Amino acid sequence: MADARYAIELKGISKSFGPVQANKDIHIAVPKGTIHGIIGENGAGKSTLMSILYGFYRADSGEIFINGKATTIPDSQSAIRAGIGMVFQHFKLVQNFTVLENVVLGAEEGALLAGSLAKARKVLTDLSREYELDVDPDAVIEDLSVGHQQRVEILKALYRQADILILDEPTGVLTPAEADHLFRILKGLRDQGKTIILITHKLREIMETTDNVSVMRRGTMVDTVKTAETSPEQLAELMVGRKVLLEVEKKPALLGRTVLKVEDLRVVDEHGVERLKGVSFEIRSGEILGIAGVAGNGQSELLEALGGIARATGKVTLNGADLPLSGKGADGRSRRAAGIAHVPEDRQALGLIMDFTAWENVAFGYHDAPEYQKNSLFMDNDALRADTERKMATFDVRPPIPTLAAKSFSGGNQQKIVVAREIERNPDLLLVGQPTRGVDIGAIEFIHKQIVALRDQGKAILLVSVELDEIRSLSDRIAVMFDGRIMGFRDPETTDERDLGLMMAGMAGTGEAA
Amino acid sequence: MERLPRWADVALVPLISLLLAAIIAALVILAIGQDPWEAITVMVQGSVMNAYGWGYTLYYATSFMFTGLAVTVAFHAGLFNIGGEGQAQLGGLGVALCCLFLPWPHWSLALIGATFAGAAFGAAWAAVPAYLQAKRGSHIVITTIMFNYIASAFLIFMLVDVLRPDGQMDPATANFPEATHLPTLNEIPGLNLIFTSGVPANVTLFIALAMAVVVWALLWRTRLGYAIRAYGKSEPAARYAGISPFGIIMVAMMISGGLAGMMAINNVMGEAERLLGNSASGAGFIGIAVALMGRNHPVGVVLAALLFGFLFQGGAELGLWTKIPIEMRTVVQGLVILFTGALDMMVRMLLTWIFNLFRAGRMAKGAA
Amino acid sequence: MDYATLLQILDSTIRLATPLLFACLAGLYSERAGIFDIGLEGKMLMAAMSSASVAFLTGSVWAGLMAGILASMLMAGIHGVASITFRGNQLISGVALNFVASGITVLVAQRLFGQGGRTPPLEGEARFNPITLPFAEELQGVPILGPLYYEVISGHSLLVYIAVLTVPLTWWILFRTRFGLRLRAVGENPAAVDTAGISVVGLRFAAVAITGILCGLAGAYMATALQAGFGREMTAGRGYIALAALIFAKWRPVAALWACLLFGFFQALALRPDVVQAVVQVKIPVPFLDALPYVLTVLVLAGFVGKAIPPRAGGEPYVKER
Repeated sequence: MADARYAIELKGISKSFGPVQANKDIHIAVPKGTIHGIIGENGAGKSTLMSILYGFYRADSGEIFINGKATTIPDSQSAIRAGIGMVFQHFKLVQNFTVLENVVLGAEEGALLAGSLAKARKVLTDLSREYELDVDPDAVIEDLSVGHQQRVEILKALYRQADILILDEPTGVLTPAEADHLFRILKGLRDQGKTIILITHKLREIMETTDNVSVMRRGTMVDTVKTAETSPEQLAELMVGRKVLLEVEKKPALLGRTVLKVEDLRVVDEHGVERLKGVSFEIRSGEILGIAGVAGNGQSELLEALGGIARATGKVTLNGADLPLSGKGADGRSRRAAGIAHVPEDRQALGLIMDFTAWENVAFGYHDAPEYQKNSLFMDNDALRADTERKMATFDVRPPIPTLAAKSFSGGNQQKIVVAREIERNPDLLLVGQPTRGVDIGAIEFIHKQIVALRDQGKAILLVSVELDEIRSLSDRIAVMFDGRIMGFRDPETTDERDLGLMMAGMAGTGEAA
Repeated sequence: MERLPRWADVALVPLISLLLAAIIAALVILAIGQDPWEAITVMVQGSVMNAYGWGYTLYYATSFMFTGLAVTVAFHAGLFNIGGEGQAQLGGLGVALCCLFLPWPHWSLALIGATFAGAAFGAAWAAVPAYLQAKRGSHIVITTIMFNYIASAFLIFMLVDVLRPDGQMDPATANFPEATHLPTLNEIPGLNLIFTSGVPANVTLFIALAMAVVVWALLWRTRLGYAIRAYGKSEPAARYAGISPFGIIMVAMMISGGLAGMMAINNVMGEAERLLGNSASGAGFIGIAVALMGRNHPVGVVLAALLFGFLFQGGAELGLWTKIPIEMRTVVQGLVILFTGALDMMVRMLLTWIFNLFRAGRMAKGAA
Repeated sequence: MDYATLLQILDSTIRLATPLLFACLAGLYSERAGIFDIGLEGKMLMAAMSSASVAFLTGSVWAGLMAGILASMLMAGIHGVASITFRGNQLISGVALNFVASGITVLVAQRLFGQGGRTPPLEGEARFNPITLPFAEELQGVPILGPLYYEVISGHSLLVYIAVLTVPLTWWILFRTRFGLRLRAVGENPAAVDTAGISVVGLRFAAVAITGILCGLAGAYMATALQAGFGREMTAGRGYIALAALIFAKWRPVAALWACLLFGFFQALALRPDVVQAVVQVKIPVPFLDALPYVLTVLVLAGFVGKAIPPRAGGEPYVKER
């Protein structure tokens, strides 16, 4: 029997996409007026489950109860009517609309706009006062910070009188301070009787914010526990199914000569906004410099400028020789010739051609390398395929089939193809962005080992990651970026999360410069 | 839902699309009070049942191979070149100038010269929209459409005000000199046993076939082809890999325009032997249908060009021998583009559904 | 050039701008909803043939107008099925439908009338005839403004005035109604519309249907008002010029009016090479005047006249993401 104490109760939900079973017989009960965490690795099935709750997908089997009543949710409209509001990881906002227009969209009062907009303006004022949700109703979305855009998403749900609020990975794009503000808002909403579901893969957020937590692993619901009665270690173990090895084993760094020297590097984007505002640093051979920071604070532009993708100004020298930053010689090809390899942040959009086969992708960026040519006219595709087979064996890419399209490999194996291609060039400088995003635990360990091995061969490595744990365990030195600038350098041995977090939010850290 | 097997995707999807286009075309013929069966009989009779018909079918197919390959090369670079018509017209101008104003001792040399001239003019005409796309972000589909109209106006001006011989009424150039006349298939020893009377198909056919091989080798065996295909799949990724978007857009469009311009050696030099107004007569647009039907692969393009050669010659026969207007072939062309290019997903869904029915049937039988 | 000639040219500017304006606003609805439509030409042609045929057969221009709109909406419906339902390539679908229209209009007209793919000339009630606006005759004597009112503003068919009124109407719909808000949203970010519980498919079909209606008006105007009957390929690239005007106007309704008037003016000039020659003192070959709108469009597209930013979701079929 369904129980009216629960805001949401799911019984036996299953969902498959072709041969992939995303959700297997899921049972969960969320008591009213609580914050309920759902935690799991990427691909554990959390987002699918929430999409079913929001009417984006229909479950193959199982029942949904809302406030004790059996409910079907065939589309988003029904979810909204049932009192469910959703804040997606990628915001569903119209960029050139005002806040007010976005809030009203789909919840208009009548055929004409004027009345709806006036009413929404009043409601918005009340809501902002009540829940610390202040945003200017007339601001255009594209001018707002990410944190404010997220508040608009929450306001949209509240304007539709949602009692149950689902947030999917809400802090991925927020600074620690913005995240703390968000959690205050969520707790305020809970105290008013709303039910909150928080989907995340970050243990810290779960421990600090939730009342109960459910753990998902490979499509199944592993366990639901009271947050107060569990520990991060226990949750992590439930998530991955075995002890997590967060520490990377590495020898002390043997620093050599300066490989990369960057002085006052600046990047202006196509809208004329300065994204990189004068960055300077050095990397020596045998050193991993980790760049920490919330996504969107200039790290991508740094990688792109050094990788020859974005135009920049300033002065960059590699092994003492100047690198052109714009015009001739400022492209990916010249950078590779100079000895820079680049594992890009977004392997699917930049690092691979998803429709190309694995062997074609192994030549990506190096298709004019002499060993891949038969003669001056034609490429040697046989040599390329043989080389791919060898790389696949070395890097344990599965399945080891060179003729398979890149899109047919899992995220981890795609990343191994990219890493193999770039590391095997034996570069003087390796640029790595988000090396383990969307990659399974096994592959993470492998990729981390490869990066450390390259460092131990005396190469210089620039590592960009939004995962603080990754930065702290791999780096020999950490630089924190905020708003296009480097806030400071730290020694990973002496700094702590609070110190880094302050700098990521644009404030002075508490630690010592390294 | 199971995916379609590869052979079905490559061979069956275009065939079913063609079949659907044919069914709709038959309905159109019925609707205008004519007999589809009679229509297809006339078309087959007039285009492939005798050497004369083949002579025309192959002549048209030759033109379509060039324009189909032109669309194919641009397509692999992610560019939709609707400007084949204008590029072919400019190619005609290049061929005409080359044949009229240079003293050629022999047709073979003239053919080489005219091929380069046609290609150069076509490439130049494609280069402007390419440059505007690469440097100014102007949508190439719209600019190439505009360039078709501009080309058309420009050629009218050239033919009426510049190249027309004194005393001639119709807007056309003078006839090309004897030494530039290309051998038609019936003038080639060996082939003259098949083609016993005069046909328009000429040696250009072999150049077209050679170009299909060249395009294949270019796209799948050279560094440039690799770069073109990579850029066509993803511009940001190409940038990451150090492939210059500007270079690829320019080169791919100029190869594309060059192939379209080369078409002029077939119709202007090989057949009309002078430059007339509207010389490309729609072949540039048919190239779109040919490329889509041929799945943007040179082998497919050659086969689809033959099919459209048949449609074109057969359509002309319809206009001659039945009450069905010659515009029927424009309708068929549109339908083929619609089904192969825009409704391909529908065809694929239909096929997948049928395949699954069969699979289910087989499994049920296996269980029984 | 004297004042009378100028008035004549302005008068034909308005006549020639009207089909461009209908087609341009048609494209505006579609593209604002995220559906590219280069098939405006084909829809106009179908509407022109259908309206002229039905107007001739029934003797009623209104029946003709309805037929034109229905034919155009049928084409729009096919484009919608291909590009919305089956998520096909919108550009290719547009190209294909232009070919189908180009051929089928001749086939049908030939079948109906047997006059080489033309309709017989329309007369009397089978055409939209000029309307004289109030006081046009009386005010004719007022210097400068009188003749302007009489020659240029007054004396057009009803459809011309409807076209002009469609501009403020479109502005009002887009920026002051719920439908307009949703329409603009679906062209910018369909996912936002979808998650708000509104049907993306429904909205896009509604937009495409409006495109059909307006292209129907454009085609009917061509065949029953601007000219007296249908002839093969009579739209002569106007669908593409309208598309160019839409880009020039940066997808805004009021700017679309000015863009269409400008391009109509070029077309009017191409009809009077003698006037052009008298003004610039050099003989300009007619083909150059014909090519002028296209050349200018290319200059606009090249961004020499401001930067045109299309609706963000334009041309992309909407697929729900996981």
